[in-house]
Amino acid sequence: MSAARGYGPDRDGDRAPSAAANRRRTSAARGYGPDRDGDRSPSAAANRGSGDTVLQVEDLHVRFDQAGRRVHAVNGLSYRLRDGRTLAIIGESGSGKTVSSRALMGLLPPSATVTGSARIDGVELVGMPEEEIRRYRGADIAMVFQDPTRSLNPTMRIGSQVTEAVRAHAQVDKAAAKQRAVELLRLVRIPDPERRFHEYPHQLSGGMRQRVMIAIALASDPKVLIADEATTALDVTTQAQIMELLAELRERLGTAIILISHDLGLAASYADEVIVMYAGRAVEHAPTRILFEHVRMPYTRALLEAIPRLERDSHAPLPVTPGQPPDLTAVLPGCPFEPRCGRALPDCKVRRPPLVEHQVGHWWACWNPCEDGEPR
Amino acid sequence: MTLDPPTAPEPAVHAVHPSPNRLLEVRNVVHEFVVRGAGGVRGGVVHAVSDVSFNLDAGETLGIVGETGSGKSTLARCVLQAPRPKSGSVRFRGAELVGLRGGRLRQARRDMQMVFQDPYGSLNPRWRVTDIVEEPLIGFGDGNSASRRRRVRELLDLVGLNPDVYGRRHPRELSGGQCQRVAIARAIALGPALIVCDEPVSSLDVLIQAQVLNLLERLRTEFGLSYLFISHDLALVKQVSDRVAVMHLGQLCEVGPADALYRAPRHPYTVDLLASIPSLDPTAPRATRRAVAAGEPPSPLNPPSGCRYRTRCIRAQQLCAEERPMLRELGPGHEVACHFPEPVDGPEGTAATPPSANALYARSNSGGEP
Repeated sequence: MSAARGYGPDRDGDRAPSAAANRRRTSAARGYGPDRDGDRSPSAAANRGSGDTVLQVEDLHVRFDQAGRRVHAVNGLSYRLRDGRTLAIIGESGSGKTVSSRALMGLLPPSATVTGSARIDGVELVGMPEEEIRRYRGADIAMVFQDPTRSLNPTMRIGSQVTEAVRAHAQVDKAAAKQRAVELLRLVRIPDPERRFHEYPHQLSGGMRQRVMIAIALASDPKVLIADEATTALDVTTQAQIMELLAELRERLGTAIILISHDLGLAASYADEVIVMYAGRAVEHAPTRILFEHVRMPYTRALLEAIPRLERDSHAPLPVTPGQPPDLTAVLPGCPFEPRCGRALPDCKVRRPPLVEHQVGHWWACWNPCEDGEPR
Repeated sequence: MTLDPPTAPEPAVHAVHPSPNRLLEVRNVVHEFVVRGAGGVRGGVVHAVSDVSFNLDAGETLGIVGETGSGKSTLARCVLQAPRPKSGSVRFRGAELVGLRGGRLRQARRDMQMVFQDPYGSLNPRWRVTDIVEEPLIGFGDGNSASRRRRVRELLDLVGLNPDVYGRRHPRELSGGQCQRVAIARAIALGPALIVCDEPVSSLDVLIQAQVLNLLERLRTEFGLSYLFISHDLALVKQVSDRVAVMHLGQLCEVGPADALYRAPRHPYTVDLLASIPSLDPTAPRATRRAVAAGEPPSPLNPPSGCRYRTRCIRAQQLCAEERPMLRELGPGHEVACHFPEPVDGPEGTAATPPSANALYARSNSGGEP
């Protein structure tokens, strides 16, 4: 996988020039500012280990061995995350999106075997002993989980929980830690933080609890914040508030964000780059605008078409993808999406398409990719 | 029809859809839960459903949308008399359900079924699929065991599960989508007229969700079913519904034909909800400042006076605190409970621009190019 992924010259030069022009237009319109523009050029893409990259994941594999069954949850995931950017990892349940991020945090059970490489600022996390990973977990990478009710201790005041997080990462006295905790609560826009400091989680609404979780995650000023379905349990209005908060914090603190979600809408609205995962593999990876305007992987297109949309008429039948996600205990030789794919070729069953950068910045793993504007 | 007192016997909805094939008439339904306050001493009352009225015609789907705690599930359950509403009237095919007990209530429920959110939680884990689907037939004494077995096979085929493969399985051996198909087969076993779907696809992945939605749609046209479809997802509700009711803190804010309501929402709450949906178009503007400022719903233990949305609403004025706005008709079949409804969209919001959430709202700053 990693060889196929190499940022080498295996790019398809023969794609329609109009698409290339389109891309130039869109990436210019996107306006990252002059300091970011260089990132888009192929030479910058080839320049690994630039100071800009905070997290580099290469050929990450995770498998679980339990009761004689071997589940291949993540099969060769590679990406890199740059400072102050948001990367969305999108997939259905069982696609490996959560497992891959927990692997970075060293939060998987003993039945898991993690191989490959994940480096944060050059420090290898995979294979690091537990005592050592504690120095990085929560400090350099922090995580916000889906369920704020279960992530917070119901018997502790929220202020103590935030203070605890502050003191876990910095040698400060109680008073200073408390002051920092109040600052953090203010940072995540909890109204009246001095009073809220003394409240228990059950006295807060779901959105407020998730803000507390974000405050705890930010206590150590992490380089990378992983939001694992952080807004899935929240209402759409609260979700918008939390997402806007994360976007604002990213601007202010320069924290890079990995947004793990099943919701392509969140990716479209809040991410710079999107990875779509299926059966433990990245199947498409591109800057957000490019992905949504030039979908190539039939799976991504199926996802996009299956989402009910406001602009569609009532009762219009949704395009259906038959079948179920594959069983991850067996690794089949072909494309994992082949049995459900409307564009499958005979080849797809026997040869797995590698994830290749077919166009600048746009990677996909498919032998028969979709074209722009064609019907499925 | 404007500003009737809450107890008015003829709310506006009566006049809206005069139809001979009225299936369900819900009038002034109220339901409250008594809870203990902090320390278990102080009592409180959760105003879950406060004076809600609506109609449902045969073959029609009414979507109910709202946030967590808006009372949408309680409302739907009150329709089925589980729990019985505290006051109000629910008429099913003209017959009053409130007050029915025992055998007569059970007979009435034969034509009303429910599909729940949690596919695993709503099926008995120790039963086989065939037992689960057969249960309602046994409960209502339909046929003998041979005819029931035939019917179960038929039903499983109907929901797209091969009875030879799946019939002997337990729920734990099925995926979430398959469980939901079993629940649907159970719901249609007795040939009901109304199915209450309480977030039936919320726990499913998007591809499986599309399969189940299409199944519900096929069954609706095939058997002329009516759905009361509850969801927090506005786009999903639009997909399945003929009419949509928006609920906030136990009250209906806006009821109307799906297309009109989404094209030109008139209640500020509906507008804020629509503006909060993350758009699938990366070029669309993100959630508006206004929607983000709307904050979280107030506690149903102590709802605000007057309009219950006024504490979150940018259009709120003094009147909103003093007087509860009643549903009044502002367009054909389109009722809004607001003293100061949103102006009707300009031409750019209605015609050329597809009503994506953000485009809808962006009418004021004209930044909503799709």
